[in-house]
Amino acid sequence: MKLGSVTYASAIIGAIWGGLWMLITGLVLMLVTGIIAQPPIGIAASVGAIAGVLTVCIPLEVRTRRWQILRGLSILIALMLFTFVMPFGISIDNGVIWNLIFVLIWGALLSLSLDLCLGGYSSGKTNRYRLEVLFLRLMKGLGFVLFSIFVMLPFYVMVMTSLKSQQSLLFNPLDFSINFEQGTSKLFRSYIELFTQYDFGTFLLNSAIVSVVTVVITLLLAVPGAYAVSRLKFPGQAFLSRSILLIYMVPAIVLVIPLYAVFSQAGLRNSLWGLLFVYPATTIPVALYMLQGYFRGLPMELEEAGLMDGLRRIGVIMKITLPLSLPALASVALYVFMIAWNEFLFAFMFLDDFDMFTLSRGVVSLNSSEVPRQHLMAGAVVATVPVLIIFLWFERYLVAGLTAGSVKG
Amino acid sequence: MTEQVTPPKGIGSMAKREMRLAYAMLLPTFAIVLSIVLFPLLANFWISFKPVQLADLRQAEIKINEQLRPKPMAAGEDVILRYRVRNSSQKDPVSDVFLRDIIPAGLIIGAVPEICNLEERELSCDLGDQEAGSRLEIKIPVTVEQSYLDAGIRPKDLPMQVSGTSTNALTSFDFTFDNFRKVFASSDFWSVLRVSLYYTIFGTAGALILGLFAAQLLNTAFFGRNVLRGLFLFPYVAPVIAVAFAWVLLLDAGPGGTFNAMLQSMGASDGPINFLGQRSIPFTVFGFTLEFPMALTTVILFEAWRYFPLSFLFILARMQSLSSDMYEAAEIDGATPLQQFWFISLPQLMGILAVLFLLRFIWTFNKFDDIFLLTGGAAGTRTLTVDVYEQAFAVSNLGAGAAVAVVVFIVLLFFALVFFKFSPQDDG
Repeated sequence: MKLGSVTYASAIIGAIWGGLWMLITGLVLMLVTGIIAQPPIGIAASVGAIAGVLTVCIPLEVRTRRWQILRGLSILIALMLFTFVMPFGISIDNGVIWNLIFVLIWGALLSLSLDLCLGGYSSGKTNRYRLEVLFLRLMKGLGFVLFSIFVMLPFYVMVMTSLKSQQSLLFNPLDFSINFEQGTSKLFRSYIELFTQYDFGTFLLNSAIVSVVTVVITLLLAVPGAYAVSRLKFPGQAFLSRSILLIYMVPAIVLVIPLYAVFSQAGLRNSLWGLLFVYPATTIPVALYMLQGYFRGLPMELEEAGLMDGLRRIGVIMKITLPLSLPALASVALYVFMIAWNEFLFAFMFLDDFDMFTLSRGVVSLNSSEVPRQHLMAGAVVATVPVLIIFLWFERYLVAGLTAGSVKG
Repeated sequence: MTEQVTPPKGIGSMAKREMRLAYAMLLPTFAIVLSIVLFPLLANFWISFKPVQLADLRQAEIKINEQLRPKPMAAGEDVILRYRVRNSSQKDPVSDVFLRDIIPAGLIIGAVPEICNLEERELSCDLGDQEAGSRLEIKIPVTVEQSYLDAGIRPKDLPMQVSGTSTNALTSFDFTFDNFRKVFASSDFWSVLRVSLYYTIFGTAGALILGLFAAQLLNTAFFGRNVLRGLFLFPYVAPVIAVAFAWVLLLDAGPGGTFNAMLQSMGASDGPINFLGQRSIPFTVFGFTLEFPMALTTVILFEAWRYFPLSFLFILARMQSLSSDMYEAAEIDGATPLQQFWFISLPQLMGILAVLFLLRFIWTFNKFDDIFLLTGGAAGTRTLTVDVYEQAFAVSNLGAGAAVAVVVFIVLLFFALVFFKFSPQDDG
C-alpha cells in the first residue's frame, strides 16, 4: 500500500458512500417495512472507508469480477462483525429476511459506487487533473442520488399517505408499508370517498372543461395574432413582437382585486365563465410569442407560392402554415393546458360553489382539520396524475414548448 | 424631357389592405388583453385611492316585502295590505325611491297614504330618499272579496317595480390617501418588503444553482438519461396545490410528520422542528446570538425545489449547443475539468444565466400561491403579494389591498427598468 492523495481520497469517498447508502437503505427499510431501525451510519462509513482504501490498493489488473464478489462479501462480514450482527442498529430478529435483503442491497450499492468512482485509480500520489476527475465522479454520483431523492420524496409521501389511514400514520409516520391483504376497496378507500362524498368527479370534469376550452380559445386567438405579427407588415409590428411578453410581467395578484370587484358586480364570479375570460388572457401572450417565433422559422416561399396560385390569406394559413406548424401547436396546446389545469389563484378567489370547483379549488377545500389527511393527499394525487400522464406522454413536445417560449413560472 | 419615375408616395392599397388584415387578426387578442390585464391594472390604481371595503361591493338597494295581514280566510274580511320597505345597506342612502305595483283583482282598496297614488289597480308611491338602514311601512286597508279567494292570485305574484339611485362605491368620485398612509405607516410594511426581497433573491439564486448543477449531471449521455430528465421536471409540472400540501405534510411538526420522524430516528434532532411554523431559531456563533429564519428558509427551499426544473431545462439546452472544439483544445493544453467548467462553460452560460435570473427574479417576486399555501404568510414569511391578499380579503379592506398591489407594481417596474438597463443584450 502506498500512501498519497488517491489513498486518502479513496478513504473519504468510501466513507461517504458507506454512510450515505446506510442512511438511505435504513430509511427505505423503515418506509417499506415499518420496522423502526437505527442505521449505524458511523460504522457503515468506517467499513466503506476501509473498502475504499482496499480497492485502490489492489492492482488494476487483479480487479476482476471474482475480486469484486470477494470484496463485497468482506464488506458484509465486516459490517456484521462491527455492529454485532445488528446491521440496522436493531436485533436482526425483527424481520430477518428484510434485514438481510437490505444489508445485501447496501453492500451491492457500496461496491457499485466504489467501482464507478475509483475505477482506474491506484493508491499513491497523482496529479491535479486525475484528482479533480475523482472529485467530479463523487459529486456526480452524490448529485444523482440526492437530486433523485430530493425530487421524489414529496411525491412519494403524497402517494403513500393517500393509501394509509390516519391512525396508522400517527402511530408510526415512517411506516409507508402497504397492506395488500386488506383488499383494493379498502386500500383505495380515500379515493373512493373523494369521488362518492366529496364530488371529485364534478371537480375533475370542471377542470377538464376549463382547461380544454382555454386551450381552444387561446389557439383560436393566438394563431391569427401570431401570424399577423410574424408575416404581415403594419406599423408597430416590431414593437409588438418584442413587447408582447411584457404582459407576463404583470403580477396576477395586482389583477385580482379589480377583477374580483368587477366580476362580483357583473355576476361572473362563481361561474366557470369568469375563469374562461381570465385564463386565456393570461395564456394568449405567451402562446402568441411562442407561435410567432415558430412561424418566422417557416420558409416564406411556400406561402408566397400559395398566394401566387390563388389562395387567399386564410387559405394560406389553413392549408400551408398550420399543417407545417403542428409540432409548435402541440407544444403550445400542452403548455397552455398545463397552466390552466394547475392554476390556483383565480380559481380560489372566484369560485365559492362546490358545483363550480376546479380540482385546484377542490383540493384546497379538503385542507381542514375535519378532513383526514389521506383524503387531502388523495385529492393531490388526483390533481397531479392527469397532468403528469399528459406530460410523460408528450414530454418531447412540452420540453420543446417550454424552452422555445423561454417562458413563465 | 423624360418623366422622372419615382416610387409611389404614402401607403399603397395593397399595403393598406395588409395592414387592415393584420389589425383585424390582432383585434381579439388586443380586446381580451385590454379587458383582463390593462383595464384591471388601471382599475387597481383607481381602487387604491378609494375607501372601499369588501362589503361595499354589494351596492345599497331597497328591499320590499309585500303581505296581506292577517291572512284572509273568508270573503268580506277587512285586512291590511302592507309594504315593508328597507334599505339593505347600513352605510349608503338610496335616493329618489319610487315604488310601482299592481294590486290583484278582488281586493277593494280603502284610503291610500298621501305619498301614494292609485290609478285603477296600479299603485305608485314616491318614497323619496331612504337613509342607510332605514325602514318604512306602507299600510293600505283592503276588503277581501270572494273572487280574490277563488282566483288565487296573491299580491306577491304580480310584478312590483322599485327604482332608486344609489352610489356605487367603486365608481363614485370619493378619493382618499388613507390606504397609502395606512400601508406606509404600518410597522409591518418594511419587514414585509424585506422578506419579499430575501425570498426573491435567495429563491431565484437557489433555483438557478440547483438547475445549473442538475444540468451538469445530465449533460453527458448515459442509459436512463431521458427518464431522469422527465423526473427532474416533475416539481414544475405538478399542480402547486398538490406539491405544496405534500411538503406541508412531509414537514409537519405534529405527530405523523414524516421528515421530523426521520430526523429523530437518526438522532439528528431532539424534538420535532416546526419547519413551516417557527419564525426563527436562535444559535450562537463566537458569542453572538443570531436568529436563523426557519420558516422563511423552508419556503425559499420550496421555491428552489419547484422552479429549478425550468432553469435546468434552459441551461441544459444551452450546454448541448456548445461546440466541443474548445474543450478539446483545453484538454490538450492540460486544463483540468474544473478549470474547463470555470473558464469555458460558465462564461458561455453567462448569457442564459442572466436572462434566467432576470425572468425568475420577476416571477418569484410576483409569486403568491406557494407561500400562501405553505404558511399563509405566518411565521415571518409574509411577502408583499401575500400582504395584498391579507389586506384585501382577510382584513376585508379592498382599498388597502389595492394600495399594496400598487406598491408591488412599482417595485416591479423599478426592478424591470434596472434589469433592462444592465442586462446583456445577447441570448434570449
